[in-house]
Amino acid sequence: MRAPLSWLREYVDLPAGETGRDVQAKLVAAGLEVERVEQLGSDLTGPLVVGQVRTIEELEGFRKPIRFCTVDVGQANGTGEPQEIVCGARNFTVGDKVVVALPGAVLPGDFAIAERKTYGRMSRGMICSGDELGMGDDGSHGIIVLSPEHEVGTDAVALLQLRDEVLDIAVTPDRGYCLSMRGIARELATAYGLPLRDPALLDVPAPNSYGHPVTVADPTGCDRFTARTVTGIDPEARSPIWLQRRLQKAGMRPVSLTVDITNYVMLELGQPLHAYDRSQVDGALGVRRALPGEKLTTLDGTKRVLDPEDLVITDNRGPIGLAGVMGGADTEIADHGAAQGSTEVVIESAHFDPVAIARASRRHKLSTEASKRFERGVDPQAASAAAQRTVDLLVLLAGGTAEAGVTEIVAPSGPRTITLRADHPDRVAGVTYGRETVVRRLQEVGCDVYGQDELIVTVPSWRPDLTDPNDLAEEVIRLEGYENLPSTLPQPPAGRGLTARQRLHRRVGRALAGAGYVEAPTYPFVGEWALDHLGLEADDPRRTAVRLANPLSDAEPLLRTTLLPGLFAALRRNDSRGEHDLALFETGLVFRPTGEEPAPVRLPVDHRPTDEEIARLDAALPRQPRHAAVVLAGARERAGWWGQGRPATWADAVEAGRAVAREAGVELIVRQDQYAPFHPGRCAALFAVVDGEETLVGHAGELHPRVTKAFSLPERTCAMEIDLDLLERAGGDAVEAPRISAFPVATQDVALVVDSSVPAAAVEAALRSGAGELLESLRLFDVFTGAQLGEGKKSLAYALRFRAGDRTLTAEEATAARDAAVAAAVERTGAVLRGA
Amino acid sequence: MSAPNKSYDPVEVEALKPEEIERMREEALAAFAAAADLEALREAKAAHMGDRSPLALANREIGALPPQAKAEAGKRVGMARGAVNKAFAARQAELEAERDARVLVEEAVDVTLPHDRVAAGARHPLVTFCERVEDIFVAMGYEVAEGPEVEAEWFNFDALNFDPDHPARAMQDTFFVSGKDAKGESGVVLRTHTSPVQVRSMLDREPPVYVVCPGRVYRTDELDATHTPVFHQVELLAIDEGLTMADLKGTIEHMVTSLFGEGLRTRLRPAYFPFTEPSAELDMECYVCRGASVGNPGRPCRTCSSEGWIELGGCGMVNPRVLVAAGIDPEKYSGFAFGFGIERMLMFRHNVEDMRDMVEGDVRFTRPFGMEI
Repeated sequence: MRAPLSWLREYVDLPAGETGRDVQAKLVAAGLEVERVEQLGSDLTGPLVVGQVRTIEELEGFRKPIRFCTVDVGQANGTGEPQEIVCGARNFTVGDKVVVALPGAVLPGDFAIAERKTYGRMSRGMICSGDELGMGDDGSHGIIVLSPEHEVGTDAVALLQLRDEVLDIAVTPDRGYCLSMRGIARELATAYGLPLRDPALLDVPAPNSYGHPVTVADPTGCDRFTARTVTGIDPEARSPIWLQRRLQKAGMRPVSLTVDITNYVMLELGQPLHAYDRSQVDGALGVRRALPGEKLTTLDGTKRVLDPEDLVITDNRGPIGLAGVMGGADTEIADHGAAQGSTEVVIESAHFDPVAIARASRRHKLSTEASKRFERGVDPQAASAAAQRTVDLLVLLAGGTAEAGVTEIVAPSGPRTITLRADHPDRVAGVTYGRETVVRRLQEVGCDVYGQDELIVTVPSWRPDLTDPNDLAEEVIRLEGYENLPSTLPQPPAGRGLTARQRLHRRVGRALAGAGYVEAPTYPFVGEWALDHLGLEADDPRRTAVRLANPLSDAEPLLRTTLLPGLFAALRRNDSRGEHDLALFETGLVFRPTGEEPAPVRLPVDHRPTDEEIARLDAALPRQPRHAAVVLAGARERAGWWGQGRPATWADAVEAGRAVAREAGVELIVRQDQYAPFHPGRCAALFAVVDGEETLVGHAGELHPRVTKAFSLPERTCAMEIDLDLLERAGGDAVEAPRISAFPVATQDVALVVDSSVPAAAVEAALRSGAGELLESLRLFDVFTGAQLGEGKKSLAYALRFRAGDRTLTAEEATAARDAAVAAAVERTGAVLRGA
Repeated sequence: MSAPNKSYDPVEVEALKPEEIERMREEALAAFAAAADLEALREAKAAHMGDRSPLALANREIGALPPQAKAEAGKRVGMARGAVNKAFAARQAELEAERDARVLVEEAVDVTLPHDRVAAGARHPLVTFCERVEDIFVAMGYEVAEGPEVEAEWFNFDALNFDPDHPARAMQDTFFVSGKDAKGESGVVLRTHTSPVQVRSMLDREPPVYVVCPGRVYRTDELDATHTPVFHQVELLAIDEGLTMADLKGTIEHMVTSLFGEGLRTRLRPAYFPFTEPSAELDMECYVCRGASVGNPGRPCRTCSSEGWIELGGCGMVNPRVLVAAGIDPEKYSGFAFGFGIERMLMFRHNVEDMRDMVEGDVRFTRPFGMEI
């Protein structure tokens, strides 16, 4: 909402020196979000005067039509002689009154006017358009042609009200009344402690039976409808400068006098109005819901199929307007320029149900000045005053005659009251205001207040947002000033810190970052194409994704079921920006619907839902496990003066999985697997024991070459993804401290030859189980393949360390344990002891 | 060492004459002093301190002396050997120091060589900033609460006093999950704020409730220099007997000074949110210019656009209707809530110029932030 300060001053006698910034500060403190104060005309200096065109000489021989004019500016140029001006515009003629910028003037945009030679003539000034004066759009883009009564030589800066300050206010949904000068002025008056001249306090004739007939079939949708008729309107009459200027400053475009007047009254009082050309209205006006299949062409030229919930204005032919949103094209007021201007109008000043209007506006994707106001609540008591004001202006400015008929249909309603404990605002604020202050502040808001400890508060008609005691408390506290609230600190009960789960999430992040990974939280939006690029089978559960009804991009309407596509995009972005050795990670939610989720139940808000109801609501949501994932490309260790680098491999990806699991206190079980999007020969399935069962928790490895190609990733990109929720559940109990033996260690190395298909993990598991309790640790230190082993064989070399807690082991004991370990490996994996 | 010589032979004790012993001592000392390196010193040691050295032989002769001469000769030889030992040790230390100095210099390396085999990793500042805020409130006794990002409309809107037809619901620019019914409505959205976690917290716990809810939220804004459709919020919620706006103000002030430094003023401005009543916008004094840029065109402030204040977020007293929906008696309990965007705070606190830098995952942006913020 744009509010010119000059307009507001009409209703509140602000101190003369108050600037827009001062007013802004006051209104901000009172809770109006004044986003900025526009200084109109601050970049404009005169002389700027009214002139009368004396002569026009058309200059020939130029690519566009050029006129050499003489303009009488009276004594404003110091000589009284006509001013010679070259001008390119054509919408004026000899005798017209125009606005002349004389040499020395500076127009907005630092446009200095000086005498200069142009098109072969001396030009001593400029005939101005509205745009050039920063007046805003007047729809013509031509020279301003003033009405004849303005005297030559008059200062046009004042005449056109070019200097002003305009407050730009973002009105919150609860303050519908501030979508009007009346509402803003009321806040201003309260903020300054000054009286308000309420523009809605008008003498309004009593309703009678001979006004334009109206039938309201839906009094819930329309609880008030005032109709007034004005005849004898001069279709040639134009809006006076002051009216045009106020509309322009408020951000609206002058259109025609009748429309300008309805807009003006809407800005002034907040009441949306509609003017119908009476000659185009067939019979009584009606308000009802639309019938199925009914259509209406609205003023914007759009033909709309109406919904049975839409509230419409009708005449005998059917709908002629979408009530409270936009009028119909058929009954539009004809412009004065049209062949037949409207001379008789019926004014509608009605009050519609905010919900009905909000829904219609949403349904038709049509947000208008009217609908914005009705949605937020319009003062129903102001409807007849607004109609009267419109009639008065049509009579005054358009030469019309007000018909005596006044139609007013009002659904009965009582005043709204709220019971409020007098100390309630004190208890909300933590300040003792006292009853006196509370009552006074509520009265300033417009409430009627009765009672002592228990106040009966009748709220004003323009404040439909005031419904609860806390609403009234807010009014008191904001007017007393939020800045005057004291500061205290509450005493929460002693806390327990972060949960185990929260600590785990932090540790995982630190562990990966410590291992050289850079965190990259990515957007969760993906497209089907990404799932295709991953190479997922048709029945892969990762294809069952949450779909958005209104995605930002139609190419990415789904929510991620895996973290990988987002990380791939981040990897590719970094790579394309010249960073090639990359290790990225992300932890975050993935969304895994089954596709069978029931629709959520509609729960009450007037009491706590039952646990069953909440459970049913939660059942409508997809599973949303937290995952951790990494991607790697380029060198894991860089080359340097120390020697060779080492490319990132599948093994780094698996190790990242182990690192994450370690933070959860989980030892991963790693198995060979084939799983998209991984290289079928370089893919590890990661298992953990969850609730006593070996459970798949993730995958790691090198990506399938087709996948790196599809996502335009560097070759041999590797990745890992793991379910943190499962790891958390797999996490062990508190660690029991080991007993540390000080007896010497006995080291035994063994090399075992197995088929190359035998996983190292299996050999290790067999060795461990066979070695018995004396085994302290076991480590694979070499893997060897070669001709001497034979085709399809590999040799695995292990260092076994044995130690006892109570004695020095003899060589025999260590050897026996080693032999037992080897025997188990031989038995379970077909291993052969090398060199035996 | 050989056994003492019991057979007394005066001829053989020539070696024990005082001047002889003095000579041996001096020869040894001279030899040590002359040894140029540790090798030469070792040879000199063998010659003058070994089993066959003159002093060792002299020592062996002591036993052959008559008892009355033994004591004096023993003393003399002992003193000489002591002096020789001492001289040797001194010379050895001297030579070792010389060697060490020389060899270690030869082993010197350029310690300024980089060793960036594995580039440093880092955590994202949005994540660590959330944690930082969590820690402030955890230290005050709050719990950290989390909830789903794909959320039921009831939690995201209805329970928070967003009427289905109220314009406030449209203010939120919501991503809707597409549904299976005829209208395509699912009743499920991407949460537009972390406030649904407040509702879940109230449903899960008996008051008093003190929780801080960090997380990702979603609004249908296109990504540009100042907007992102996916961003982070932290909200706090306190429900207890007798909580007031003064408590809200004090709590926020504590947070602001914890994050931005002591002495920064905060300001509450009346505002509107469906789930709080009274509601306020929270501004913090610009921590860069501290208001000095206001009305001072010569010293413009980019951080606050010379407004002197930075808008941090929305807050207020929990609307009693929200308490009712969560089963909390508004006659007995009151509460306050405060929510703010992490991206915005990060932009101010770390002078981030473009929102896109925070969402693109460029390692050059993230690395400098390290592990904590």
